[in-house]
Amino acid sequence: MSLPAAPAATVAELVRGLAAKRYSSVELTRAYLDRVAAAQPELNAFITVTGEAALAAAARADEARAAGRGGPLTGVPLAHKDIFCTEGVLTTCGSKMLANFVSPYDATVVAGLRQAGTVMLGKLNMDEFAMGSSNETSYFGPVRNPWDTARVPGGSSGGSAAAVAARIAPAATATDTGGSIRQPAALCGVTGIKPTYGRVSRYGMIAFASSLDQGGLITVSAEDAALLLGPMSGFDPRDSTSVDSPVPDYTATLADSLDGLTIGLVKEFFDDGLDVECGARIREAIAVLEKQGARVREVSCPNLPLSVPTYYVVAPAECSSNLARFDGVRFGHRCESPKNLTDLYSRSRGEGFGAEVKRRIMTGTYVLSAGYYDAYYLKAQRVRQLISADFARAFGECDLLLGPTSPTPAFRIGDKCDDPITMYLNDIYTIGANLAGLPGMSLPCGFVGGLPVGLQLIGPHFSEARMLNAAHRYQMETDWHLRVPAAFA
Amino acid sequence: MEWETVIGLEIHAQLATRSKIFSGSATAYGAEPNTQANLVDLGYPGVLPVLNGEAVRMAVRFGLAIGARIAPHSVFARKNYFYPDLPKGYQISQYELPIVAEGTLDILLDDGSRKRVGITRAHLEEDAGKSMHEGLPGASGIDLNRAGTPLIEIVSEPDLRSAKEAVAYMKKIHTLVRYLDICDGNMQEGSFRCDANVSVRPKGQEKFGTRAEIKNLNSFRFVEKAINYEIERQIELIESGGKVVQETRLYDPDKGETRSMRSKEEANDYRYFPDPDLLPVVLDAAFIEGIRASLPELPDEKAARFVREHGLSEYDAGVLTASRELAAYYEAVVREVGGEAKLCANWVMGDLAAFLNKDGLEITASRVDAAGLAGLVGRIADATISGKIAKDVFEAMWASGQSADAIIEQKGLRQITDTGAIEKAIEEVMARNPGQLADYRSGKDKLFGFFVGQVMKATGGKANPAQLNELLKKKLAG
Amino acid sequence: MSLNRADIENIARLARLELTEAEIPVYVDSLSRIFAFVGELDRAPTTGIAPMAHPLPGLAQRLRPDEVAETDHRELYQRNAPRVEAGLYVVPKVIE
Repeated sequence: MSLPAAPAATVAELVRGLAAKRYSSVELTRAYLDRVAAAQPELNAFITVTGEAALAAAARADEARAAGRGGPLTGVPLAHKDIFCTEGVLTTCGSKMLANFVSPYDATVVAGLRQAGTVMLGKLNMDEFAMGSSNETSYFGPVRNPWDTARVPGGSSGGSAAAVAARIAPAATATDTGGSIRQPAALCGVTGIKPTYGRVSRYGMIAFASSLDQGGLITVSAEDAALLLGPMSGFDPRDSTSVDSPVPDYTATLADSLDGLTIGLVKEFFDDGLDVECGARIREAIAVLEKQGARVREVSCPNLPLSVPTYYVVAPAECSSNLARFDGVRFGHRCESPKNLTDLYSRSRGEGFGAEVKRRIMTGTYVLSAGYYDAYYLKAQRVRQLISADFARAFGECDLLLGPTSPTPAFRIGDKCDDPITMYLNDIYTIGANLAGLPGMSLPCGFVGGLPVGLQLIGPHFSEARMLNAAHRYQMETDWHLRVPAAFA
Repeated sequence: MEWETVIGLEIHAQLATRSKIFSGSATAYGAEPNTQANLVDLGYPGVLPVLNGEAVRMAVRFGLAIGARIAPHSVFARKNYFYPDLPKGYQISQYELPIVAEGTLDILLDDGSRKRVGITRAHLEEDAGKSMHEGLPGASGIDLNRAGTPLIEIVSEPDLRSAKEAVAYMKKIHTLVRYLDICDGNMQEGSFRCDANVSVRPKGQEKFGTRAEIKNLNSFRFVEKAINYEIERQIELIESGGKVVQETRLYDPDKGETRSMRSKEEANDYRYFPDPDLLPVVLDAAFIEGIRASLPELPDEKAARFVREHGLSEYDAGVLTASRELAAYYEAVVREVGGEAKLCANWVMGDLAAFLNKDGLEITASRVDAAGLAGLVGRIADATISGKIAKDVFEAMWASGQSADAIIEQKGLRQITDTGAIEKAIEEVMARNPGQLADYRSGKDKLFGFFVGQVMKATGGKANPAQLNELLKKKLAG
Repeated sequence: MSLNRADIENIARLARLELTEAEIPVYVDSLSRIFAFVGELDRAPTTGIAPMAHPLPGLAQRLRPDEVAETDHRELYQRNAPRVEAGLYVVPKVIE
């Protein structure tokens, strides 16, 4: 397959290119739309492509630039994970339940990025209701990894990661509840950032697990993430969990020296489950960071191995309640000829939800039910406290934590579908940060057998600038993030 | 077998905020279906709740008024169940940590005694929508305008021992929430609803009997009837060898009986857990004291003051303080008259109340304002007219909107207090009725009333009764 | 911790999820595995540890001013409704 050439490697280059009038937004957008169309049969990264609207927006962006209005991002195309509500545009959350749902409003994230001048190419494929680590649960079919299309791109933001990796979108929004930005970023060789809980508004982001969900970005580079994170972040009065604290200019400190930066290697992340070769790539990356001036030491978070079981009590509990609104009454899938109320609910939901979603709803319903609440839900929330305390202690000894993002590189489509636990363990290194509300990033740090490997950084609350700085300095010394799969070059 | 009734009431009062508890939709009653239901109320994907500060302040006002503990830290919890009027599939309520805990309310019983009723807790929650069944064969239509209206749920201890006590308690809460301006108390519109938990036990037994819950009673009369019916039903059931089932029942006002609610028979596991979309409500002492300072004089305080300052009985004070508006009206009358507190009280509770009732008016819409009534009472007090004549004057004031003086003047109703004039009238009546005079003087004391009536007739009812009595006695004695 | 068919049927009823006959044993199996897995939490030392409901500690709920901020958008919002009549969302009869 040969795609029309990608106009530039990064958003930073596009920003410069648009400012220097090397091309117009309309030309850019058209180029990306062509690539999207060409790649779609192979990758299935998109659910909806909003071609006409994108070109119209691009034209308006060009006008704005010509009139001296707008900002650096005016006219830059990007795509949104189909979990973000987009006004007047189909918003499916990867589910049959919302296959016909046209949102009447924009998520705050979408509005913020639009206001900054970006142009939406379309809505990206994802695991159904953000539940999955491989993008195999989508009602709209699996997404394929551009590095090896027989393999998964990771999930739940598989479409976002695949699109950026294949350079069919310069950047993409995504969400992370247990690793759904970081893990696909690692498997696809791109950069991902999950901000601190409360940094980015959840209004308009279809809820999976309310105390864990956070909106973020998948980009080519840390610099690109720094450019786009600002307009996405900030206090939103419509989200009670949105934090009212100022948003720094994330680009201002990107190139700061790493002298004096202490990085903690989380002992529990370097366990037997980590693929040996992946471990080797991580160690090579650590050496690069040390050469940059960072000091590295080992830290221990002894309760971290309990993150996955903790998560699989808390997240399903919250989702079982969040998904109760899907009942065929006001929107979404409704079964034919319901016989009575119970039939309306049970059949609409039985038909509209896929297996993984049903599994998690049932798990959640059980752990909240009478007689089990204390033993499961409360217990898990206590362990969550322990895990958060472990991180807090670790940050007493270092500025950032480092480890692998995923235990293995991308696995083959269909490989892990039999036992849910096997699939859940893909998030073993990422989940902890969600439980503690901490920001996390994944950056490409090499290859194993031709497949990308990701390095994970975790920071204290609201340390995005520091993380982006460390990631950027690493990316100044390496070019893993600039590699593109041959088929999409 | 002697039976004792145990009753606890759960009252849901809609808070009189302008907007809903978790969204900016209007709360006004009577709008076209679903025109006051925004994305948050509809439970659309991706929306989130944001808490209305006024609802919190109103809940705190209530808590302070019942001497309760205001929780410095309270939590919203999700109550999960499926019902079409519940769009999210859960109701945001409060469970383990309610905003108000452990208060009391004193009620006045029929025999004049006081009873202290415990209030276990009061918490904030959102109201559900409404289902309509007319015009849709085999189906129901859901209106979500009401979904998200703030409610305060007030839970009493099972301290009530009769339907009358329950009604007295409910009325007191009704008065209180209106005093506090937190609820308009409009039961027809559903702003104030009551669920009654009723059980019976043999007198002397400590253990509670199994209780049944009667839901959605929206009038004082229905509460009394439903509870009395339920008590009978339970006693009959037990005495005939049956067992009371713990269930939810509805009161049917047409049949005058309670019946089991079929759809709610299946026990609901609500799976309460703290709502992750809302943070804990933290209230500091300054916030709470600020609200305390803004509380109006409460019904009990006002009634006690009326007893002290106006020398009224507890009962009368209770009636006059049933609403702030009524109490204000009464005090305005007393102030204008410059005294005569008891006389004013009788007029407000008697004739005024009767006319308001007849025309279905609230005190605020009275056709005779406080100044007007004061004018009338003043004329009784200064003996310009008799109490009896005053009733006619009042009726005319109500109909015409004119002042007492104007009507007294127009109709020439001034009381006759001139001794000479009264004596003349008495002499004329005595002269016209020699037979009765003779009978009276020979011992038929009852005929005194006859003479009183005749003199009153002759004077067009205007003779001052006290003077008439005195003078008549003298004259008849000879 | 093993679940049986009755457990799955109860949970599915509570959650209003209709399961086919073929699906039931599949869920019995996968949910049993999940609960065996999360059973690990039992050995965590949580005595005296408070449950963590929110990831960022010490934050309090913001209070919003009591203002009407919405106008009628019924027509727009009901475009997604499967069945509407006279502005009402229609469902099979609700029996009280």
